[in-house]
Amino acid sequence: MSNPVGQAVLWLNDPLNWTNPGGILDRLGEHLGMSAAAVLLGCLVAWPVGLWLGHTGRGGGLVVLVSNVTLAIPTLALLTILPLTFLGFGRPAVVVALAVFAVPPLLANAYTGVRQTDPEARDAARGMGLSGGQVLRRVELPLAVPYLAAGFRTAAVQVVATAALASFVNGGGLGQIIRAGFGLDIAAGGGQIIAGGLLVAGLAMLVELVLALVERLVTPRPLRPARRRANRRAADAVAVAVAGS
Amino acid sequence: MSFRLSYRADPGNPWFSWQYVRDNSDTIVAALRDHASLTARAVLIAALVALPLAVAAHWFRPLAGPILAFTGVLYTIPSLALFAFLAPYLGIGAVTVLSVVVLYALLVIVRNTVAGLSQVPPEVREAAEGMGYGRWGRLLRIELPLALPGILTGLRLATVSTVALVTVGVVVGRGGLGQLIFAGFQNNFYKAEIMTGTLLCVLLALVLDLVLAGLGRAVTPWLRGRAR
Repeated sequence: MSNPVGQAVLWLNDPLNWTNPGGILDRLGEHLGMSAAAVLLGCLVAWPVGLWLGHTGRGGGLVVLVSNVTLAIPTLALLTILPLTFLGFGRPAVVVALAVFAVPPLLANAYTGVRQTDPEARDAARGMGLSGGQVLRRVELPLAVPYLAAGFRTAAVQVVATAALASFVNGGGLGQIIRAGFGLDIAAGGGQIIAGGLLVAGLAMLVELVLALVERLVTPRPLRPARRRANRRAADAVAVAVAGS
Repeated sequence: MSFRLSYRADPGNPWFSWQYVRDNSDTIVAALRDHASLTARAVLIAALVALPLAVAAHWFRPLAGPILAFTGVLYTIPSLALFAFLAPYLGIGAVTVLSVVVLYALLVIVRNTVAGLSQVPPEVREAAEGMGYGRWGRLLRIELPLALPGILTGLRLATVSTVALVTVGVVVGRGGLGQLIFAGFQNNFYKAEIMTGTLLCVLLALVLDLVLAGLGRAVTPWLRGRAR
C-alpha cells in the first residue's frame, strides 16, 4: 500500500475518520461555519460601500486600490497577525482575516453593477421624481443583482478555499486534516494528506456549483443573457484599471 | 516612529524592532532571496507555458473553451489542496512549491494573453495578411506586439499573487518569507519577526510590480503618449 491515492481511499473509507472528535464531519462544520461568517461580514462591509460608490460614480480608484493591495497581502500574514491584535486568538480573528479576502470581488462587482445601469433608465427614474436613494434602491440595485450574485459566488469560493489555511494557526476547518497529515511522516501521512486535499477541493467545487445555480435563480429572466458576462466584465474592469495604474 | 509606538504598546514584544532585523539579517536576507528566486522562476515558467497555450487558444477557436476551462478549474482548487496533491509525489521542497504557484499563475497569464490577442483590430490583421504575412510572421510581428499590454497586465497580476502565494509553501518547508512569518508565530508569537516577513513580502510584490510596469513602458513606446 505504498500508493498514496490508495491510502487516501482507505483513509476516507474508515468511518471513524469521519465521526471521531476532530474528524471530517467536525472539520466540515467548522469550515462552513467560519466561511459563512466571513462571507457575511464581507457582504456587510463591501456591498453598502460598493453600491454607494457606484451610485455617486466616485471612488473607482479606491475599488482598484483595495483589490490590488489585498492581492499583495499574504493570507498567512493576516492569519498570524490578527490574533495578536485586540481580536485575540480564536474564531473572530480567523473570520476577519478571511473576510478581508472576500471584500475585493464583492466591492468590485457591486461598484460595476451599479455603474453599468443604463443611464437612460436612471434618467427616466429621476424624471419620474425618484430621489437619489430611491433610484439606488428601486432601479440600480435590482439591475445590479446579477453582478452582486457573481461577486458573491467569487467571494464565497475564494473564502472556502482560503479557509483551509486557517489550519496554520490551528483555526480549525478541513485544512487541519492536511496539516495533521504533514505532521506525520510523508510516507505515513501521504494518504491522509491527499484525502484532506480531496475534501478541501471537493468542497470548493461544490460551493462553486451550488452558487452558480443560485446565481442563475436570483437573476431575473430578462437580465440572464448579461449574467455570464457580469463576472468577467468586473474582472476586466479591475484588470484594465491595474494596467492603467 | 516605530520605536516609540512599539515601546508604548508592549516593551517586551514590539511589532517592529531594528534590533531583530540587525541580529537576524542573515536569515532575513536568505528568506528574501529564496522568495524572490521562487517567484521569478515560477512566473518565468508560467509565462513560457502560458504563451503557447494562449496562442493555441487564439489560433484554434475550439481549443479556447477547454484551455480556459482547464485553467479555471485549476484556479478553483484551494492552494493547500494543490500542495496536498503534489507533495506526496514531488516530496518536500522547492519543486512542489514551484509547481503549485506555476499552476496558479497560468490562468492569469493565459486569460490576459487571450484577451490581448483577441483585441487586435481585424483591419490590422487583414492589412497584415494583405502585405503577405504568414501565420507566424503575423503572430510574431503584428499580433503579439499589439497584445503586449494585455500580456504585461497578466504578468503583473501573476507576479503579485505569486509573491503572496509562495508563503503557503511553509507547509512543505519552503515558503521563503512565509517561513519567517510562520516561525514568528510558532516562536511565542514573536511580532517583530512576523511583521518583518509581512512587510518584506508586500514590498517585494510592490517592487516587482513596478519593475514590470517600467519594463512594460519600455517595450511599448507607442502607448506612452496615449496612456493618460
